[in-house]
Amino acid sequence: MAQSDTNDDKPHAERPLVDIVNMHVSFGNQEVLRGINLGIPRGQTVAIIGESGCGKTVLLKTIIALIHPTRGNVYFDGQNLATLSDRQLTSQRIRFGFLFQMAALFDSMTIAENVAFPLHQHTRKKQGEIDRIVLDRLAEVGLPPSVRKKKPAELSGGMRKRVGLARALVLDPEIMLYDEPTTGLDPIMSDVINELILRTRDNSSVTSIVVTHDMKTARKVADRIVMLYPVSRLKSGESQVILDDVPEAIDNTSDSRVSQFVEGEAGERLMEMKEGHLMSG
Amino acid sequence: MSTITEERPLRRWRPLGATLDWIANLGELVLTWIVALGDISIFTYRTVSWMLTRIPKWGIMLPSFYQIGVLSLPVVALTGTFIGMVLAVQSYDQFRVLGLESRLGAVINMSLMRELGPVLAATMLAGRVGSSMAAELGTMRVTEQIDALASMGSNPIQHLVVPRLIGCVMLIPMLTIMADFMGVVGGHFYSVILLGIDSHHYWSNTQKLVGSFDLFAGLFKSIFFGAAIGIISCHRGFHCSPGAEGVGQAATGAFVYSFVVILIIDLILGILTNMVYYTLWPDAGKLI
Repeated sequence: MAQSDTNDDKPHAERPLVDIVNMHVSFGNQEVLRGINLGIPRGQTVAIIGESGCGKTVLLKTIIALIHPTRGNVYFDGQNLATLSDRQLTSQRIRFGFLFQMAALFDSMTIAENVAFPLHQHTRKKQGEIDRIVLDRLAEVGLPPSVRKKKPAELSGGMRKRVGLARALVLDPEIMLYDEPTTGLDPIMSDVINELILRTRDNSSVTSIVVTHDMKTARKVADRIVMLYPVSRLKSGESQVILDDVPEAIDNTSDSRVSQFVEGEAGERLMEMKEGHLMSG
Repeated sequence: MSTITEERPLRRWRPLGATLDWIANLGELVLTWIVALGDISIFTYRTVSWMLTRIPKWGIMLPSFYQIGVLSLPVVALTGTFIGMVLAVQSYDQFRVLGLESRLGAVINMSLMRELGPVLAATMLAGRVGSSMAAELGTMRVTEQIDALASMGSNPIQHLVVPRLIGCVMLIPMLTIMADFMGVVGGHFYSVILLGIDSHHYWSNTQKLVGSFDLFAGLFKSIFFGAAIGIISCHRGFHCSPGAEGVGQAATGAFVYSFVVILIIDLILGILTNMVYYTLWPDAGKLI
């Protein structure tokens, strides 16, 4: 399918904020995403779940055009970001906030410089006002002013995630992307992050896409859950999206693949591991 | 994850299959090199395009200039000094046999200005600066900092590569001047002070045979060496494979590829500058 620049078929009011149309992503010979069709309306919080390696993070990165689809199109507010020039892409990307899995803070900058970075790049605010905004954002995520002069390496994982969240929110984005926001955190800090996601959603009409394999996060924050299945395990003609429903549906599904994931059961994976061990001697 | 494999029925006949496999492997290698060449050409084009449309702020460039220029001064000065002295060590006996040891100054200083100063300084900087830039950018790649930069609406090439390229292009020629100067000092020290060559003849022969063209030819080459180190090292960092191994390979690759390209550029520009030199001065004097 040829790339098209805009998705103007639908009226603006009905058009999803994010519209993924028949998207395929392959890296060399390795197919990661196959035939994904997904529309996310404004204001919705979607959790994308699935086992490791099913392409959740790749899907997230195609939405902001950090990865380009091999085939198919991804539209953000009617625009195909993959066809934009560097300069046009900049003006679209500042509408996003992205919380990376390991926070992706800039090592050479202090915490204050990290949070202030988008303000320096895209606003003409004076340093005094920027400093005030940085302190407010850090307070919103429960961090004291004393962290602002520290470097990322001096903070714990949970603190770095919260700084990453403050940085992602500093320009009041329309859409937030979260890549495994609670991975590597203790249960209490995981719930703090979940609460911050909910608070962000409640304070503004931000659209949120949360990639996670933490079912507690998915159930707590999402209006809708989409489950991806690894391409390597699909039968011919099967869709990679094996669930797209409200959170309550995951407890009532008849699809054993969904219930196996939700319950955290190794099942046939264990047999595959044992067979692999026997074959390798 | 499984990989998609293809049926190869011809492999059932082994000799033909082995030959076909060899051809396929060679083809894959050639394609890999063509893709890599295209990739770095596009990377260079985008970097130069950003450099010409929006120079980064001074606050972003200054740390790069400090890392590339100021912190490299001691090691480049040391390199130059020892090159000058080694040249004196290796050349003295041969020239003394011919009774031409007073010409040693011309030999040492000509070699330094034209070739050894620029090439060895660039090689040292490919190791120090190039590997460091590749490792830094590679680490940023594997920890998603480059993706974070892009996701916040900044262009990673404009923000990360352009300051480093400008730093390399501006400062590596300046460091070459330091290498040349210290090489001259080292050569003089060993030849005149230690070997006892007559200082007047050492310098008057240098003055007769080594001119500004020789100095500028070396500096002209060093601009291209700097550009090569900047582009190749940043490219290796940006395209780093995951993990610590990937960062290590990026750093090693930055030095190795920079060094090979420096040698190629040196040959091409050496031929070019010689052509220009003998066009401008057809009766130019020879050393002996």
